[in-house]
Amino acid sequence: MVSLNSSETPGDKPSQPASRILNDVVIRLAGNSQDGIQAVGGFLARLAGRSAQEVMTYMTIPSTISGGPSIFQVRMGTGDILSAGDRADVLVAFYQHSYESHRAALRPGGVLLYDSDHVQPNPEDKEITAVGVPMTSATVEAVGGSGKEKGKNIYVLGLIARMFDLNVPKLTQLIKERFGGKNEDIVRNALLAFDAGHAYPAENLHHCLYRLDQPAPDPSARPQVTTDGNTAITYGLITAGVRHGAGYPITPWSSIMETLRTELPKYGGIFVQCEDEIAAISTALGFSYGGNLAITGSSGPGLSLKAEALGWAVMAEIPLVVVNVQRGGPSTGLPTNIEQSDLMQAIYGSHGDAPRVVLAPQTVEDCFYTAIEAARLAREFSTPVIILTDQALATRIEAFDEPDLPKLMIEAKPDLSPRPATFKPYPLDGQTRHAPPGAVMGSGKYPTVTGLEHDEMGHPTANPALHTQMTAKRREKIKAVAATFTVPEVFGDPSGDVLLIGWGCTYGPIHESVARLQASGLKVGHLHIRHINPLVPGLETIFARYKHIRVIEINDEGLYGYGQLTTLLRARFCNPAIASITKTDGLTFRVSEIVELVAKNLGLTAIKTGARKQSVLAGPDHA
Amino acid sequence: MSAPSAPALSAPRAPLTKKALTADHPTWCPGCGDFAVLASFYKVLEKLNYPQEKIVTFAGIGCSSRFPYFVNSHGGHYIHGRSLPFAAGITLGRDDLHVFVFGGDGDGFSIGGNHLVHTARKNPRMTYVIMDNSVYGLTKKQTSPTSPLGFKSKTDPWGAYDQPINPMRTLINSGATFVARSHASQVNHMVDMMHRAAQHDGFSVVEILSECVEFFEGAFDAANPRKGGAFPVIDLKKHDGTPEDAARHDPSDELAAFQLALEPWPGKFGVYYENKVRPTKNALEQKLIANTREKTKHASDLDLLQKTFARMR
Repeated sequence: MVSLNSSETPGDKPSQPASRILNDVVIRLAGNSQDGIQAVGGFLARLAGRSAQEVMTYMTIPSTISGGPSIFQVRMGTGDILSAGDRADVLVAFYQHSYESHRAALRPGGVLLYDSDHVQPNPEDKEITAVGVPMTSATVEAVGGSGKEKGKNIYVLGLIARMFDLNVPKLTQLIKERFGGKNEDIVRNALLAFDAGHAYPAENLHHCLYRLDQPAPDPSARPQVTTDGNTAITYGLITAGVRHGAGYPITPWSSIMETLRTELPKYGGIFVQCEDEIAAISTALGFSYGGNLAITGSSGPGLSLKAEALGWAVMAEIPLVVVNVQRGGPSTGLPTNIEQSDLMQAIYGSHGDAPRVVLAPQTVEDCFYTAIEAARLAREFSTPVIILTDQALATRIEAFDEPDLPKLMIEAKPDLSPRPATFKPYPLDGQTRHAPPGAVMGSGKYPTVTGLEHDEMGHPTANPALHTQMTAKRREKIKAVAATFTVPEVFGDPSGDVLLIGWGCTYGPIHESVARLQASGLKVGHLHIRHINPLVPGLETIFARYKHIRVIEINDEGLYGYGQLTTLLRARFCNPAIASITKTDGLTFRVSEIVELVAKNLGLTAIKTGARKQSVLAGPDHA
Repeated sequence: MSAPSAPALSAPRAPLTKKALTADHPTWCPGCGDFAVLASFYKVLEKLNYPQEKIVTFAGIGCSSRFPYFVNSHGGHYIHGRSLPFAAGITLGRDDLHVFVFGGDGDGFSIGGNHLVHTARKNPRMTYVIMDNSVYGLTKKQTSPTSPLGFKSKTDPWGAYDQPINPMRTLINSGATFVARSHASQVNHMVDMMHRAAQHDGFSVVEILSECVEFFEGAFDAANPRKGGAFPVIDLKKHDGTPEDAARHDPSDELAAFQLALEPWPGKFGVYYENKVRPTKNALEQKLIANTREKTKHASDLDLLQKTFARMR
């Protein structure tokens, strides 16, 4: 029985003062959205990054303006950390409702760390170790004066630092960096709260003291950076030389536009907040028309509004990067939940035959590189490129190798060189190269870019042969993009019983589920598709090597029993082995969920899910 | 990088001529008012004599929105009603260009109404010429947002009863910094208005009553002296201290401009409003860039990016 995140350390006695060494722990913080639990999660994630540990986070936020239950889960440790963990080893409960809603997410043997000022846990619950700490009153006491409980989150950070013997100087430094520049009092209060939490007596913590295994330092390794998917996309675009953009606020896209609005002026660029989604894509296209590749973005409903203009960009062949941070739909749907239900909209959403490029990043790190790839393809092929990311990737924090920025940085300027007399705006025998205004036309004839069907010179025409030829030109252009893609590698068994296919945020959990399924004797591979339109080449031969192909998607099975990518793959490959595993609960896939669903789908009854039942924190009493 | 300099030209330029500016032959119906607007626009460009490659003409959808095909300049034919935000992107990203947007009443006041209001409020540097024929012509006679009460169209065969938009009132109210009105039968007046609009530093709008001879013949006869009407021109203040100057219109006076806009149709023609004080969005964005770069001590792009990633460690 192989468990990927198995980290029991048998033989270790949980006696004081020796802390038990763990190599992987999952901590869930549950409170309300204004409690700053995201900040605590963020500190832990960044500490892990700075300690060259792997880290993955997961959060939920309410869609209300202020307040409402919120969680932040962080998993850190050594070795590959690809998912935020199915269940937690530590649950920090700020309120009674936090305890009640999330007790079930705590593994047997885990530790419940609760605010004894607000929470009364079930005294009969012996499956876990319950540790009550008067978080609210202790924070007020530590910070003093105003009696505000603000800083409770930092007090909890101190407690966690104590429990897991975390690097206090590094955490203190992170706190100073985070709150520095603000009022001196804020830094001081934060440090007071942290110290108070960290000084909490060990005996009151029921001697729940642990230490995370530290990986051996690798001097040649690149420094780790820790950030979320939306930030990674934002700086990927800046690295790619994108200096212009326009947008309209919508969750969960807004953080990209906020960062671009404040960052681009530093780079000499402009980001415009527009009156609506249509104006946003229009302004972005105006920037691109002027020779500066621009970015716009939104979430599903906003992409629908942009669809007509997107069709224009396809017809007029103007480059553009469009980010769609998917959330639950249709309509306002689930604004702060994950769903992968915009795939068809991204590929086909518009009117007429309007092929465009669609890329789907699979990790936070990949968000950065996908943004660079999107900008490159948009420029090279003079086409709109959609980055199809999602709420889970947008808000999740991961640590990854700092990119080689000097190598990747692109300086892009409008090409205003005079165009030769032979220049055609829309050549049938070559790639469209937009000539921005300011470029002198050698022919003396200045081009009109247009959404009307046109001839090679851009003149409107309804000539039947030309519409056929131009439609084909636009189609072949997008097909040609596939030649720039490399055939993806299959993880796990290169052939065998089942190939698991995923796209977007499900990369980690599918990856982890492979080993668990293999442990049951199955030959299992995992293929994650990043290039959605056009599809990455070479899939046919990969598919042929497996008995079953299961596409795992967070969307509905539709009228005919297939999720959106599954529908596409079945249409493309006519391979009856391809089927779907879908769900629509607005949550990311857990590893055990995938293992169970795959087993059920393949009709396997005796499969073991391999999920870690006991918490790594479980002492001999619980084992 | 926003406003790259033009490539050096070896030879001195010949002045811009109508011949150089003429492109495709207009597809408009014979007798359409838009021909005169086009002819006037050529004259304006001749007067302005901008480098030809720096002129941009853009439009949405409608009869008048075919305009860019007939002007030999960089240009584009965008989607219905959205040419203003598109043009904002052009001018904000490329401050070195001269951006002209053309459209009709449906494009500007109906489907594009929201964009008109917000473009006016943001004040990007560009000129917008609205050829108002008070009817949907391209789709063959439906009621438009400026169709007068009682106008019989295919969608209101009994006569329109929705209150029409008053373009001058809407534009002044929205914060456009140059608002003027003209008539396609008055070439010199049109040239004057468009010329002034082009030289205005901000979002300048000229509404031109341009008759659709197919679907709304005689719509603007009341303002056409050749058809028995009158063409009352706004007498602008000369600030010469004479007693008669007191009665003249001060275009910087927003309230006076608004009152002028409230006059019964067909109303007056000329410059209603001109605000020379409010900064353009172009200038404000450049100022933001300058201030921000001052704060970062003009760090290079790579330095900025590396510092950001260092903070993520």
